[in-house]
Amino acid sequence: MSTVYNLKREVEKPVRLTGGHRLCAGCGAGVIVAGVLRALDKEDRAVVVNATSCLEVSTFMYPYTAYMDSFIHSAFENSAATCSGVEAAYNSLKRQGKVEGNVKFITFAGDGGTYDIGFQSLSGAMERGHDMVYVCYDNEAYMNTGIQRSSSTPQFARTTTTPIGTAQIGKKQNKKDLTEILVAHNIPYVAQTAPIGNFRDLHTKAYKAIYTEGPCFMNILSPCPRGWDYPMAQLAEITKLAVDTCVWPLYEVEEGTWRLTYKPKKKLPVEKFLQLQGRFSHMFQKGNEWMIEEAQAYVDSKWERLLEHTGE
Amino acid sequence: MMNKCMSGNEAVAYALMQINPDVMGAFPITPSTEIPEYFANYVANGQVNTEYVTVESEHSSMSVCIAAQAAGARSVCATSSCGLALMYELLYVAASCRLPITLACVNRALSGPININHDYSDSMGARDAGWIQIYAENNQEAYDNFIMAMPIGESPSIRLPVMTCMDGFITSHAVENIELLDTDVVRNFVGEYKPENYLLKKENPLAVGPYDISAYYMEHKVQEAESMKAAKARIKEVAARFAKISGRSYSLFEEYRMEDAQYAIVLMGSTAGTAKAAVDKLRQEGVKAGLIKIRVFRPFPGEELAQALANTRAVAVMDKSEGFSGNGGPLFTETRSALYDLKDRPYLIDIVFGLGGRDIKIEDIEKVFLRLANIAASGELGPVYTHLGQRSKEDVK
Repeated sequence: MSTVYNLKREVEKPVRLTGGHRLCAGCGAGVIVAGVLRALDKEDRAVVVNATSCLEVSTFMYPYTAYMDSFIHSAFENSAATCSGVEAAYNSLKRQGKVEGNVKFITFAGDGGTYDIGFQSLSGAMERGHDMVYVCYDNEAYMNTGIQRSSSTPQFARTTTTPIGTAQIGKKQNKKDLTEILVAHNIPYVAQTAPIGNFRDLHTKAYKAIYTEGPCFMNILSPCPRGWDYPMAQLAEITKLAVDTCVWPLYEVEEGTWRLTYKPKKKLPVEKFLQLQGRFSHMFQKGNEWMIEEAQAYVDSKWERLLEHTGE
Repeated sequence: MMNKCMSGNEAVAYALMQINPDVMGAFPITPSTEIPEYFANYVANGQVNTEYVTVESEHSSMSVCIAAQAAGARSVCATSSCGLALMYELLYVAASCRLPITLACVNRALSGPININHDYSDSMGARDAGWIQIYAENNQEAYDNFIMAMPIGESPSIRLPVMTCMDGFITSHAVENIELLDTDVVRNFVGEYKPENYLLKKENPLAVGPYDISAYYMEHKVQEAESMKAAKARIKEVAARFAKISGRSYSLFEEYRMEDAQYAIVLMGSTAGTAKAAVDKLRQEGVKAGLIKIRVFRPFPGEELAQALANTRAVAVMDKSEGFSGNGGPLFTETRSALYDLKDRPYLIDIVFGLGGRDIKIEDIEKVFLRLANIAASGELGPVYTHLGQRSKEDVK
């Protein structure tokens, strides 16, 4: 197929994640899953794997599944090992002539299932080199259990386990940089993206991840209207602001080569992103200006480092 | 057929090679480590088609097996002790997804404190996970049980995972002369794994592992329970078929000199060898002693066991694991429950022994029989739940 992205052609493909699933309106996860699966060539089959998550309980509630492809969920912390098990079965059965056609293996897990409890399983699967794609839909907290902090939650964010009190205000620690940790695994392809605009960035990266041999990892920012506390109609706006403030830069690392895939024409101040979300509202109270300054300084230093890596 | 000196671990690895499974999750833990080690050589020498997945934990080993089996591949793994404990959550997933994975469990005491020797605390902790559990007395049984596991678990009417258990070090590492079946005989006996539906099936995509709300969960659990009940008959069928190719007969448990026994011991695994020697010695002295060696612990052969013990006067269950129920070990509570429906119940006591590999001798078993004889003669049961073989404070001094 042509590698030139054409939105019209892509959306005319039959859907692989059908409507009628139970995800919230204004949630990034469904948009991301549909977007990634759209990158599959029409004739190829996939086995989709989920970690336990909002996504899983919303897309496969017995006896209904929203997936047109085969699907497996087993537990919270083992989606990478699960995907590697399906891939291992495929290799064995293919070798024995017992399975036909091209099958791709794609895992979706949230940040809790990826940065935290599923981290060992992910690292192991990437090191073993299974031909699979692992997609983290990163909504920056344990949303399925009711918004608890994860190691992906950004500093100062309010969650139900990092409340706003007099002795402590939101999350103390900075967000773990999982994408860089995956780069350190020396796998063929690592990408960070978000569902913005016409999906060109997400689609192109998903296609590369699916059709690059070996283990590939995608970290995709996935706003959550409940956890981030924004009106559901603002999903697209918030995602765009995360990218344009450089809170969530879009880049990829292909065979060790870093490349920035989107550079904002004008890097916006971080409060443009923060101010739309209830989870950061305390940062805008009088006396808390230092929080915004620290958040800005952190984003700036990460951005500078990324530019060094990508040689911009 | 050929005779060969092999450890229990090597015997199971050899059975695995003969079966030629599609996928193996491999992770080391003492004393089961040798199984993936031996098997790695079969892989390295191209003797099997198996995709050998060297995972980073037992948790991932079981996760790989679940996924691979769901994808349509016959999947196996081996573990012990803490490794089985780490799999705990997934053992339930495997059983509830009705995936007939086979796991070679080389029994070892659970931490803590850390201990590498034998007792059943690991697999007893998994006894309610929905797995069929079959225990071996010796290397021959370890080999035979593994070959029978897949025809049992994979049967369309059962579809449950099977754990074949052997005693760590005692069976896994001791070398015995055993009889091996020809590979083509084994492959023919075990057959091909042909699930009706699987993830990689082209014609019909499959979804596995749903969020199962209360409107459906109970029906699924009842189906699982019904299959576990049905497994008893299937285990006997497979054993009968196995007897034809091997000449060795197996049932749910082994009765040793039970036909007229007044005093009986119920236990599992390699201790049966020691207990048989004690029974023989006492029989020479005119004591009507007998032994029941439980082979299949899940499903538990409650009715059959009650029948076998119906005419005894006193019975000691010997548990090689502490249940911490405060009410006796797991084999005892099952046995006592099984005997409840008997019109005339024998006296019944529980003796917990051998924890963390503590040795047991023929004389120890003789003393247990003596205690049973005293109970029957005096009508005084005494303490029901006791431990055997531990030092007292005075001994330590």
